[in-house]
Amino acid sequence: MKSIGKKSLLLLVFTLFSITGLYASDGIVIDSGATAWMLTSTALVLLMIPGLGMFYGGLVRSKNVLGTVMHSFVAMGIISVLWIIIGYSMCFGKNVMGGLIGWNNGYFFLNGIDNNVMKEGIPEYVFSMFQCKFAIITPALLAGAFAERVSFKAYCFFIALWSLFVYNPLCHWVWASDGFLFNLGPKGAIDFAGGTVVHISAGVGGLVAALYLGSRRGYPYQVIRPNNLVITMLGAGLLWVGWFGFNAGSSISSGLSTAQALTATQIAAATGALTWIIIEGFHQGKSTALGFASGILAGLVAVTPAAGVVQPYGALVLGLLASCICYIAIQVKNKLGYDDSLDVFGIHGVGGIVGAISLSFFIRPSWMIEAAASSSDGKWTIWNQLGIQILAVGIAITFAAIMTFLVIFVLNRFIKLKSNEDDEMAGLDRAYHGERGYGMLNPN
Amino acid sequence: MKLITAIIREVQLDKVHEALIKAEIERITVSRVSGHGQQKIEELHRGRIVVPDLIPKIKIEIAVNDDFVDVTVNTILKSARTDGTEGRVGDGKIFITPLEECIRIRTGERGRDAI
Repeated sequence: MKSIGKKSLLLLVFTLFSITGLYASDGIVIDSGATAWMLTSTALVLLMIPGLGMFYGGLVRSKNVLGTVMHSFVAMGIISVLWIIIGYSMCFGKNVMGGLIGWNNGYFFLNGIDNNVMKEGIPEYVFSMFQCKFAIITPALLAGAFAERVSFKAYCFFIALWSLFVYNPLCHWVWASDGFLFNLGPKGAIDFAGGTVVHISAGVGGLVAALYLGSRRGYPYQVIRPNNLVITMLGAGLLWVGWFGFNAGSSISSGLSTAQALTATQIAAATGALTWIIIEGFHQGKSTALGFASGILAGLVAVTPAAGVVQPYGALVLGLLASCICYIAIQVKNKLGYDDSLDVFGIHGVGGIVGAISLSFFIRPSWMIEAAASSSDGKWTIWNQLGIQILAVGIAITFAAIMTFLVIFVLNRFIKLKSNEDDEMAGLDRAYHGERGYGMLNPN
Repeated sequence: MKLITAIIREVQLDKVHEALIKAEIERITVSRVSGHGQQKIEELHRGRIVVPDLIPKIKIEIAVNDDFVDVTVNTILKSARTDGTEGRVGDGKIFITPLEECIRIRTGERGRDAI
């Protein structure tokens, strides 16, 4: 009897401990469901980066396959380190320098968030690591625009600087609670998971970089073919899977809004892919595997800013619209003849713009009612929101274009970003890594 | 008729190909081969230097009529040399062999016209 009493006392103590363990210093309970989903999402978004490496890696010539895959991988190293030192603070700290960037001493080396639980019920570490993956994938996306022709060392400096001077400020404006785009209009400029921050900035930055550096040797008269479309398809598949973390994770919860974002994501990706191969079928007579992959991406990119506010039919229209317009954009690029090697602007830039602007027409009614309630005169129409969206997109395009130009311009004074002719002919793999991607293969 | 076989560096393929096209020699066959000559190259694998005994090379085969032999050979010589015009060990070799017959499969044409 005595021992049972002791045991139950012990049990009581344990129970108390385990309960107090769930409280942070400021008394917010950890929502284990939301935390579990956010951890999963973080891993899913991380998976997109090797996925992107495969997607891009398959599209270049065999002499550049490792170098191109490394563009994605090295971003995981560089940006992660920068992120914990100052990136998170620049993005999610309090406004400094008139709101240009954020800063919070407690975020320096993440040393002040050891015990923090956010009001969403997840540890701040999880949120910080989730956001870290977005910061990684953005410069890695951009790298496709100047694939096959940049020096590895200069690329490393470039993505570090680009992340600090282009991504971090934009991210602060759009996602920090005191960012000025976050507070534009009654419910802010809508960018659920990174249409402006990730895709427009990478797309426009890529376009500027591609124009500044000039085209690859031999482009466009020399045939430049993808070395392995199977890898590209696998990469596109990983991107689609990872995008569930990207979009549904951006609800920073595990509930209704997560499910809404997840559904919209699936529908837009599928519609985008189908639309692309149908257009191809009519235009070229054949539906290609690369076309399907491009359609997946166009649909996903377009639904990224919209996933939190559109209903399924809206996601369907966005996917359809994105594929049509991106397809045209790539035809126009081929006519103009500039060398955006892997169509970063054509898909991410254009798709992001299409999504961020046309989402205004498909916002779910409950969101509009809330927006109207919090606006000054109690009214808020889709045209009002459209104005906000266009303004936000315009700001993102202008900022990304000017800052990317400055970053390359200054960097080029110290270290040449573009490969010299010999390195480019030898291929990035041999010139910068001393390795080969494959054994015996076709010469191109 | 002659068959010109050139073994060149992988990295020079673009230059040689472009030069040949400029000299209006457009009908070529290119393959990836490996071989052992005087040259050694080093590859890095986890910090260990590896010297493969067979080095990847490109083989170009061109069947030409006799009056085109010189221009073809000169074009390859000029474009396949590295280090300016100095040349380095590993730039490759050119073999010229007599070609007995050449037949175009589509039409059955033979000889000069089929090349």
